[in-house]
Amino acid sequence: MDVDQIRMALGGNRRSLARTLTNIENGTVTIQQIRSLLGENEPSDKSNAWGSLAITGAPGVGKSCLIDKLLKIWAQQGNRVALLAIDPSSPRTGGALLGDRVRITSIDNEAIKNQIYIRSIATRKSSGSVPLIVADMIEFLHMAKWDKVVVETVGSGQSEVRCAAIADRIVVIEGPARGDGVQAEKAGLLELADAVIVNKSDLPGASKHAEELLESFELGLGDVPPVMLTSALNEIGVNEAAKVLIHLADSGRSVRARWRERLLAHNERKILESPKLEEILASLAVGSISIDEAVRTLSGE
Amino acid sequence: MASNIRIVIAKPGLDGHDRGAKVVARTLRDAGHEVIYTGLRRTAKQIVETVRDEDARFLGLSSLSGAHNHLFPRVCELLVEEGLSDVIVFGGGIIPEDDRPALHDCGIRAIFGPGTPTDEILEFIQTAYSMENIGVGGDGNWNWQSTA
Repeated sequence: MDVDQIRMALGGNRRSLARTLTNIENGTVTIQQIRSLLGENEPSDKSNAWGSLAITGAPGVGKSCLIDKLLKIWAQQGNRVALLAIDPSSPRTGGALLGDRVRITSIDNEAIKNQIYIRSIATRKSSGSVPLIVADMIEFLHMAKWDKVVVETVGSGQSEVRCAAIADRIVVIEGPARGDGVQAEKAGLLELADAVIVNKSDLPGASKHAEELLESFELGLGDVPPVMLTSALNEIGVNEAAKVLIHLADSGRSVRARWRERLLAHNERKILESPKLEEILASLAVGSISIDEAVRTLSGE
Repeated sequence: MASNIRIVIAKPGLDGHDRGAKVVARTLRDAGHEVIYTGLRRTAKQIVETVRDEDARFLGLSSLSGAHNHLFPRVCELLVEEGLSDVIVFGGGIIPEDDRPALHDCGIRAIFGPGTPTDEILEFIQTAYSMENIGVGGDGNWNWQSTA
């Protein structure tokens, strides 16, 4: 463990921050080691303000563009905002093209760029829209006084709820005219949302879709989350959304579902980080062991 | 073979052509690396800040506008100033033979012209990855002998 590097990162050196995050991502240093170095305990999430906000939604609804505008507003208000932008790794080669920075221009703004940190992350082996190691990267960013961490997930569909395992709040971005009213009634990601934004409000069908979503939430149990309309491109509704989101409360609508995701994610991480994984995959591929045997070996029985 | 190497591919200056940069980015991706693409028309400073924040091990610069003699050395200079001397820099695009020695002197370890086989770029990455002191501020005087 490079102690000087970690101390420099906590002291505000961005190069050291970036390198330490790489070390955490690669598993060469663990968050537990950093905690014990600093004499800190595992953080408890008793605070009402969020430390991490996942922004998720289907590909092409405008997540990156909207996030860029939100970062700008929040940084101008004096917040230190970090963005962890996640893109998929190739399941065949393990490589990734991380292109979210292309749409982020707030980092080029001289007045606020010291209050914004952006890091691109590949999903690597993880199965969901957010690799679990991101939770540890968020914790380190918090230690380095990056108080607001936004996580942009891989563009994801209806049932991808893994981001619930790592973020304090979930914001779902939708686009206009995404199917008929029945789509809004379907189960999945929307049920866990603490807020919903219908972006591209300049296109037809956006306000109708927002109404359908609201109607659907009102039929359900618990508090209705805020449903907002924005056009990130034309900067319409973005200030209002930024104001609501920065103070966004935990809707508490699905505490059990969140813990279910955390539990599953934790289990998955144990499997993926097992030193025996490659060997077991090889054995499975040639048929020398069964799936049940593989599970037993991985869980250390 | 090393994989998962973090590589920034950048387009400095006012050049609007990025087919070459995208082909290189795709080649590196398909070889298992994590490629961060900056998009068009970046300043030297923006590129260096991206390399710093993304903790990239390599930086590839692409230029087809003829401004490489100005832009590439500026990027190298800023990398060293930022304390990123160990980042390995390579370049590509329309870079005449006569201009190359001066760019190598700035710490750029390989220059790839049109017609370079993509495998050659991968071979360069693998070779350079295992070498010492060939970052942009390193004192090693090794350079890749490119075929195009």
